[in-house]
Amino acid sequence: MNPRYRPLAATTLIFIVAYGLCIAQYPAMWSTRVLGNFLTDNAFLGIAAVGATFVIISGGIDLSVGAVVGLAGVLSAVLITTLGLHPLAAFAIVLVVAASFGAGMGAAIHFLRVPPFIVTLAGMFMARGVASILTQDSIPIDHEFYRTISGLYYRLPGGGRLSAIGLLMLLVFLVGGLIAHKTRFGSYVYAIGGNQTSAALMGVPVGLTTIGIYALGSFLGGLAGIVYSLYTSSGYPLAAVGMELDAIAAVVIGGTLLTGGYGFIFGTLIGVMLQGLVQTYIVFDGTLSSWWTKIAIGLLLFMFILLQKLVFSAQGRRPRMQKAPA
Amino acid sequence: MKRLHLSDIARPQLLALACILLLNWLVFPGFFTVTWQDGRLFGSLIDVINRGAPVAILAVGMTAIIATRGVDLSVGAVMAVAGAVAATAAVVGQPLIVTLLGALLVGLACGLWNGALVAFLGMQPFVATLVLMVAGRGLAQLITEGSIVTFSDPALIFVGTGSLLGLPMPAVIALVLMIAAHLVMRRTAMGLFVEAIGTNRSAASYTGLRTRTVILTLYAFGGLCAALAGVIAAADIRGADANNAGLWLELDAILAVVIGGTSLMGGRFSIPMSVLGAVIIQAMNTGILVSGLPPEFNLIVKASVIILILVMQSDRIGELVSRRFARLKLRGKS
Repeated sequence: MNPRYRPLAATTLIFIVAYGLCIAQYPAMWSTRVLGNFLTDNAFLGIAAVGATFVIISGGIDLSVGAVVGLAGVLSAVLITTLGLHPLAAFAIVLVVAASFGAGMGAAIHFLRVPPFIVTLAGMFMARGVASILTQDSIPIDHEFYRTISGLYYRLPGGGRLSAIGLLMLLVFLVGGLIAHKTRFGSYVYAIGGNQTSAALMGVPVGLTTIGIYALGSFLGGLAGIVYSLYTSSGYPLAAVGMELDAIAAVVIGGTLLTGGYGFIFGTLIGVMLQGLVQTYIVFDGTLSSWWTKIAIGLLLFMFILLQKLVFSAQGRRPRMQKAPA
Repeated sequence: MKRLHLSDIARPQLLALACILLLNWLVFPGFFTVTWQDGRLFGSLIDVINRGAPVAILAVGMTAIIATRGVDLSVGAVMAVAGAVAATAAVVGQPLIVTLLGALLVGLACGLWNGALVAFLGMQPFVATLVLMVAGRGLAQLITEGSIVTFSDPALIFVGTGSLLGLPMPAVIALVLMIAAHLVMRRTAMGLFVEAIGTNRSAASYTGLRTRTVILTLYAFGGLCAALAGVIAAADIRGADANNAGLWLELDAILAVVIGGTSLMGGRFSIPMSVLGAVIIQAMNTGILVSGLPPEFNLIVKASVIILILVMQSDRIGELVSRRFARLKLRGKS
């Protein structure tokens, strides 16, 4: 087997084993209902995590995702409810705003040559601040279109529901995978993550690509915010607080290297599903409190980072792991 | 260069603080009024120092970490854990010394964990501390069993709300900690070690410096500071809230350090300036509160400040400015 796929295989194997253990304890977890809910409940996280994967493969980090999700939800709610726009028009505006917000962050990272985490930290404050100024309360969205979309699902055999937003997440993963592996932009992202200087010397337009990466990340954050507003039928400025960490955790658990240059979009899907599995297990157990989720995810994160270190130091690629922190 | 120059006093940070205080005074004329009551000082100015203390304490620990090109994202979560430990110990009737020691030891353990991951496993600091940032709040909730643990131990409450020589206790603690840390950094070789690691870690270890031990110590100290801040935050509200204690404070602490002029590229740091940065942040917070603007503006103001500082710290802008200055036959920027 190509050693390139080893971390991905390890993640997939761990997911299958973990799911198997869960089923052994609670046979009811083996149903299309649970699987369908996995997709629906984690749709917004998955979509945002695809964006985070691109950013992390390029060697950067985006801490503003959760705030962009909150802002996108509030903006859609305000545009639809207060201004009376059609949801589709509102979505278009939200996505354009989100993408240009990300492009601005990308430009700041490239032109000011500052670490991405501090720029996106400022972006996080900015997005949450704007969202809180638009409204401080949760705005309910009551629109024909929202009801239609929320009620839309494909009935799976066994009574499970593949909802529209769950399907959208799978679609985003598919398109994300195609962009990463089949387009020039995708190769640029990997090249920059591997070594920015060599990439620039090879003729990769580093500036434009960096701007594009962060624009894509925030665009998907905006899309995730729209999905979140569909999921909850409301917009709330404090929605998805701390979600950026879940997204980063999903990416890392999915086998993407935080040092950049290596990773798979598909791995992130497994990472999201593994987090969903932890949550579902805790719900099934009933006696464990929800705070175990955080501890379990923290442990998983630790395990996978350790695993990455072991796999990559075994391949004699230690120097790359010790690259200066972003 | 031991003489005090005008340029030493006219640091941009001090100017910024003066501007913010002046603005606060304009929107709220009673801002500088300080009264003596019940054996302690009262007033908006004292409030700024008091409320800024937890972030100042975090910033003391964070400064040296950032100076080695690291970062500790877990301080907020460690605050919650330490607060939970202190509150739980106080509830079962432990004396103050046990409560404090317990909380500080837990903070030290968290810091050692972070430090071990960074120094010995060679993880990126940002990633290594992310683990505890995610899991820490879960641990805190495990300790408090999901509820907000309230306590009424007067000794512990004194740590958060008492006063010494008229000054609020948190401010006194922050001040003592700052002076102690500054002396250790500047009167021993420690500061030099930190700067050497921040400038070039491999070069530092080739010169025979035990970089791993130094880094481990710095993260352990960061954890200790976070625990202290956590105890103060818990004592201030007389309870430990695992969800909200120290929420976002890691970001405030990083911001304070950056405002204080410590370079994110490592190698240059100043602990007192970081504390000044924390005071500036709190002066902005208080200013927004007293001016009657919605507190949500705080986030936007903070974001703008970060962007402004990034632009000023940026090498490329610096090059442009110094080139312009050189052309004008003036001395380059400080």
